[in-house]
Amino acid sequence: MAQVSGLNAATRPGHGLGRDLAGIVLIIFLGLAGYWLLPDNLSFLTRVISIALLVLSLDLITGYCGIASLGQAALYGAGAYAAGIACINGVSEPFLLILIGAAAGAVTGILTGAIMLRAHGLPQLVLSIAIVQLLHEAANKAYSITGGSDGLSGMVPAPLFGLFEFDLWGRAAYLFGLALLVTVFIALKLLVRSPFGMVCRGLKEDPLRVSALGISAFPVLLRMFVISGAVAGMGGALGAISTQVVGLDSVSFELSANALVMLVLGGLGNLYGALVGTVVFMAVEHVVAAINPFHWMTLVGALLIAIVLFAPRGLSGSLDEAARILTRGARRSGP
Amino acid sequence: MSQMASTVFEVAHLSKSFGGLKVNHDVSIAMAEGERLALIGPNGAGKTTFVNLVTGRIPPSAGTVHLAGEDITKLGAVARVRRGLVRTFQVTRLFPDMTPEEHVVMAVLQRQGRATRILARFHGNGAAADEAADILATLGLTDIARRKVVEIAYGQQRLLEIAIAMAQRPKVLLLDEPAAGVPSSDTPLIERALERLPASLAVLMIEHDMDLVFRFARRVVVLAAGELIFQGLPADVAKDDKVREAYLGSYAHAVS
Repeated sequence: MAQVSGLNAATRPGHGLGRDLAGIVLIIFLGLAGYWLLPDNLSFLTRVISIALLVLSLDLITGYCGIASLGQAALYGAGAYAAGIACINGVSEPFLLILIGAAAGAVTGILTGAIMLRAHGLPQLVLSIAIVQLLHEAANKAYSITGGSDGLSGMVPAPLFGLFEFDLWGRAAYLFGLALLVTVFIALKLLVRSPFGMVCRGLKEDPLRVSALGISAFPVLLRMFVISGAVAGMGGALGAISTQVVGLDSVSFELSANALVMLVLGGLGNLYGALVGTVVFMAVEHVVAAINPFHWMTLVGALLIAIVLFAPRGLSGSLDEAARILTRGARRSGP
Repeated sequence: MSQMASTVFEVAHLSKSFGGLKVNHDVSIAMAEGERLALIGPNGAGKTTFVNLVTGRIPPSAGTVHLAGEDITKLGAVARVRRGLVRTFQVTRLFPDMTPEEHVVMAVLQRQGRATRILARFHGNGAAADEAADILATLGLTDIARRKVVEIAYGQQRLLEIAIAMAQRPKVLLLDEPAAGVPSSDTPLIERALERLPASLAVLMIEHDMDLVFRFARRVVVLAAGELIFQGLPADVAKDDKVREAYLGSYAHAVS
């Protein structure tokens, strides 16, 4: 039987451990390539990683559980502000700051989930917007703690392991961020392959069938909100540590909406799409905004329309399809 | 026989009205362990409402439901499943992107209380996978165990619904038209699957296909206009005047 299970992993592409291992090696390789090839853009690349964590967290609840949210930055911003405030108040250890961000995100995740899971469909989406707007307003009003619209600044994280400074070139921050992203990505790959992850997929595909199995949806989904919050919170904390500034934009509707656009661009429900979408969106923003700061969004819009019309599974889905067609062709042409 | 075996499932004076409309009125059914009971009735008789009442999807206006001696009238749908009242669906409710194997493994894990574990692997989960493989083999689904559900035939999907129910090891199984939508050439497959259900399981089948009802059930109840009008042996159903009137009446309405 163990033999059969092994065969299962080999014959079902979506569940191949080997495939995921290759994917993770590729992420590390591309991450390091970015480090060597774009040494002047490391702070930008660190921001990409920070946002990638946000988009990954959104994929957990949207891609795996089927709950659309336009308020995911609430979780990201909670992590960013928590880490920022902790840092200003004397907590400077980077790992601890990431954990604080994760905890703040997780707590916000419980609250957000408890509210959003009361509704379904469009009302649920509206609730997500309301939550992020409320938090945005709260962060704006609590000037003495958050710095309001001026933002929170003046945090000085301690050197990594006591050795590597978070300097102007952002080398330490980038490698720290890359290691964090890879660790989180591996953990999430294991998560979505767990029985829990399969039940979440089931809830997305047919909640009535899940309840007929005797599984209550609410505690499962709430747990996913907590995990999602922790991931988003780590992204926010990474942003705070690397830029040493936390602004109101980190807990904004705009960032939430962009995160959803990135996810749809990359493809939902496989975690790779979240990374691909973030990189493509932010690269386009970075390059095109430098050329024409007023019309870069036009290009993103055109790109998104093209994706939705011609590649509804997102960029990652299209890559997947292309790989399948190519390997099939190779197999056919073989003996 | 039914006097000797203990009553595992009892619906007493169950009623449901929507506004002034009595959709179910004073329906009482008791089932013993191992019972094979069929519930039939013309369209609009209230069969679907009855299923929804029994499974806890809608609350009754009056009456009680007992499972293995426990009053489950106030319990929700999920809690009823956990106590052993399992149903299949009239129109298959399956996860389109998952495989039959994954469906059955999930049902096995849930029965063992492990379905929502985070620090575990779903695939390659030895004992659960073995049990799922056995159940799928019993129903002749081994060959398609690792195809996506969207890719398999409707008859096989119906068999999968039964496979899932078997993995849940219920005390009472409610089969909501298990042969609906299945090409007649495939009905024998469903019948064979039903014959393999555990002998001690109480099965309530709601079905239109009279051939299937006659072969499967040892007792038949007839629901018409929300009320039970007949309880007895399958052989006596067709002879009963009230039943014939109910069916002819509905045909007469359908024709006119």
